[in-house]
Amino acid sequence: MTAPLVVAAQELRAGVRNRWVIATTLLLAALALSLALLGSAPTGTLGADPLAVVVVSLASLSIFLVPLIALLLSFDAVVGEAERGTLLLLLSYPLARWQIVVGKFLGHATILALAIVLGYGAVAVVLLLTEQVALQAWSAFATLIGSTILLGAAFLALGALSSVVVRERATAAGLAVTLWLLFVLIYDSALLGLLVADQGRIVTPAVVDALLLLNPADAYRLLNLAGDEAVATLAGMAGPGEAARLPQGLLLASLAGWIAAPLGLAVVVFGRRQP
Amino acid sequence: MSEVVSLHSACKRYGRIVALEDATMTLQPGETVALVGHNGAGKTTLMKLVLGLARPTAGRVRVLGEDPAGSRGAEVRRRIGFLPESVAFHDAMTGSELLAFYAGLKGSARAANRELLERVGLAAAADRRVATYSKGMRQRLGLAQALLGDPGLLLLDEPTSGLDPESRAQVYETIDSLRRRNVTVLVSTHALAEIEHHVDRVALLHHGQLIALGAIAALREAAALPIIVRLTVRTCTTERVLAQVSGCATMLERDTGSLVLAVQPACKLEFLEQLGRLRPWLADVEIEAPGLTALYRHLVSQRESAA
Repeated sequence: MTAPLVVAAQELRAGVRNRWVIATTLLLAALALSLALLGSAPTGTLGADPLAVVVVSLASLSIFLVPLIALLLSFDAVVGEAERGTLLLLLSYPLARWQIVVGKFLGHATILALAIVLGYGAVAVVLLLTEQVALQAWSAFATLIGSTILLGAAFLALGALSSVVVRERATAAGLAVTLWLLFVLIYDSALLGLLVADQGRIVTPAVVDALLLLNPADAYRLLNLAGDEAVATLAGMAGPGEAARLPQGLLLASLAGWIAAPLGLAVVVFGRRQP
Repeated sequence: MSEVVSLHSACKRYGRIVALEDATMTLQPGETVALVGHNGAGKTTLMKLVLGLARPTAGRVRVLGEDPAGSRGAEVRRRIGFLPESVAFHDAMTGSELLAFYAGLKGSARAANRELLERVGLAAAADRRVATYSKGMRQRLGLAQALLGDPGLLLLDEPTSGLDPESRAQVYETIDSLRRRNVTVLVSTHALAEIEHHVDRVALLHHGQLIALGAIAALREAAALPIIVRLTVRTCTTERVLAQVSGCATMLERDTGSLVLAVQPACKLEFLEQLGRLRPWLADVEIEAPGLTALYRHLVSQRESAA
């Protein structure tokens, strides 16, 4: 096993040990199940595809919850080791610093992916047993799971960056919360405010598209709510929505970029740090 | 190149703080060297330079013929065992899990872990969480991880600090067994008197400066520290005894029944001969060779008066 995988395995083991894995899985499963069971009530038997309903509600929920869980998992990746006094020993081992950052990221991503697949998968199992689900809705559901993992990974990378740029765990936590507020809550409101104030003079639809791609949460939203026709109808994203035109590839690229860039930056910053 | 470690005019500054200045020293294969100095004297900095965790501001550091902070640093670190000062571990893990993790990082066979835990006396506690370990047990786990993969060079940073006498004795035993197996060991410590008989040479650090380096006997000789002799004499004979030995001893303290004398090492034998003639008046003789502590104090005060 190479060094990053050893670090990742240890991180996963720690996640199981301190009950992060079980707690996150149960939280996601409980929320997803309650959405699925409550969500089917208003639509009734003649309503839309039940799985499509679930995709819409789960995607909206995930935008808030998954980045938060991801940041909580990774914000102390490096600074936590430093504060615990275990970083010096780890650095004395024959592994490069990027391997520590990447290894921890891989471990955290595995924890998150496990929780998402198991938690959201529970809903799929329930629906499979109780309802008739269109084949197309399954593909939307698969997209949901895949893109939620990517969204989580993007915020894991941002958390990893927080953990190397500051000297104290508490500061890293503050930074992580700020990032969450910024990307998940403030960004969209600011964008909306900008659109209203500008009245379409400078901020053309192309600029809006670019601005949406610059936020992993927005890329995720568009990927799930506007990507599938049945889902888009339910989400109110069908029709003349300008942003709905963004191709899936570009949205995926945005998420991938939001994973690679913070992680790369974290590696560079950590590499320069004096232990 | 036969040296395991060589520092050549190595300097390390953190901003304006000088952590290590112009340090030149080598470690020969199989040698055990004590790094002695007060807190903040630069002992840990020197170890970080050897591990390649810090790059020297000036000068050169070579370990096993390579630059430890260079591109082949990981390969160098694979052959080093390191016990950091007040070692800490992930509390939720068990001793054997942690050792397996570190063995994985070092690429050493995990099959040897059991034996290693037994060797440091942790076999019974191997499957307990580290959170339940005492400080001594953590230190022993730290020692076990440092010994993973049979490293040719061991760096032990304050391995005995905060330990009870029994655990300290165990650490010294480990150092002795490493010496017998021809492992090169660099051990930093405050416990000067204790380490004395477990090392070949000492390096004295003071405010980031390497003020002395050599075998303890040679350093002692060079410093020419007096031997302290305590005599218990019969009442009212102190004056007579003093008159006899005044040629090669100076008096430090006197009492009606006892004398404390400082004897220059050069006339030690002559002094003993004179003592023999005083046999009827003497009740007891105690001879104290200057220890590492006295030597350290002497060298530090010498350095300070020179500055």
